[in-house]
Amino acid sequence: MRRATAICAAAAGLALASAGAVRAIDTTQMPTPELQARYQGLTHELRCVQCQDEALADSPAGVAADLRRQVREMLLAGKSDDDVRNFMLARYGDFVLFRPRFVLKNVWLWAAPEVLLVVGALVAWRVVRKRARLVSADTEPLPDDGPD
Amino acid sequence: MINRFLIPVVAFVLLAVVLAIGIKHSPEKGIIASPLIGKPAPQFSLPSLADRTHTVSSAGLRGRWYLLNVWGSWCGTCREEHQMLLEVRRSGRVRLIGLDWKDDDQQALGYLQQLGDPYEFVAADHDGRTAIDWGVYAAPESFLVNPQGIVVYKCMGELTPDIWEKEILPRLPKAQAAGS
Repeated sequence: MRRATAICAAAAGLALASAGAVRAIDTTQMPTPELQARYQGLTHELRCVQCQDEALADSPAGVAADLRRQVREMLLAGKSDDDVRNFMLARYGDFVLFRPRFVLKNVWLWAAPEVLLVVGALVAWRVVRKRARLVSADTEPLPDDGPD
Repeated sequence: MINRFLIPVVAFVLLAVVLAIGIKHSPEKGIIASPLIGKPAPQFSLPSLADRTHTVSSAGLRGRWYLLNVWGSWCGTCREEHQMLLEVRRSGRVRLIGLDWKDDDQQALGYLQQLGDPYEFVAADHDGRTAIDWGVYAAPESFLVNPQGIVVYKCMGELTPDIWEKEILPRLPKAQAAGS
């Protein structure tokens, strides 16, 4: 028990230490808190194209550092967040955005959860209705295709 | 009764088909389709690797096919594809332009001296800005550009004899020497 606790503590310590290491990858300081927030937002929603499962902000890859520099410079030059997104999009394609754009070819990505929800609700409604009918028709003989 | 089994089975088959299509058409892990295909090649103007005081630019590349090869002396796969690049140069089928990406000039020159220089010229992209314009994310990468300056094909990773024969040669005009 003691040992398990010690291992857990060690693991937690390791996790904290590695979280610290990740933070240290990008030490960029923007001149104003507002710019800093936008910079943080963008570097977290843009994908590191080399490592692919990491955000720009968390990646130690050289190309990620270059792309962070690009984000910083564009923000300092007064560009909007969308300007930065479009810049990356034109060069690296949709893949660079962790949050897919709401455009025709991505529409199924956005619509699928709602469509599935509606389908699920319809199925549930039908099942419930069918069972309710069985209860009210309790005195009559069971229909052949009824459940059980 | 048939109904109860039919619906799940049909749903399962449909799902399996969708997933199979997804797996079959998914790009190879790690390969991002370039949004540059069919678009004008990005402009660049950079110091020449051979002579830093000399500027090389994309302006002089119009009018003929060229293959822009992104490499670096630090890149292992570039070393592996180098023999093929020398072959490309020997074939004279397309102009071969180098983009030396985030490299040290001396090391790059030493690399070419040791392995042979297949390039018509090499542009030195020290800070990696031109590479960003081309959407480069891992060397080597090669872009085939037509005489109108449109990117028609991108080879991600090593340029193999297979890719040269199946993807690049068929796109080039037939047996018309493009070499310098």
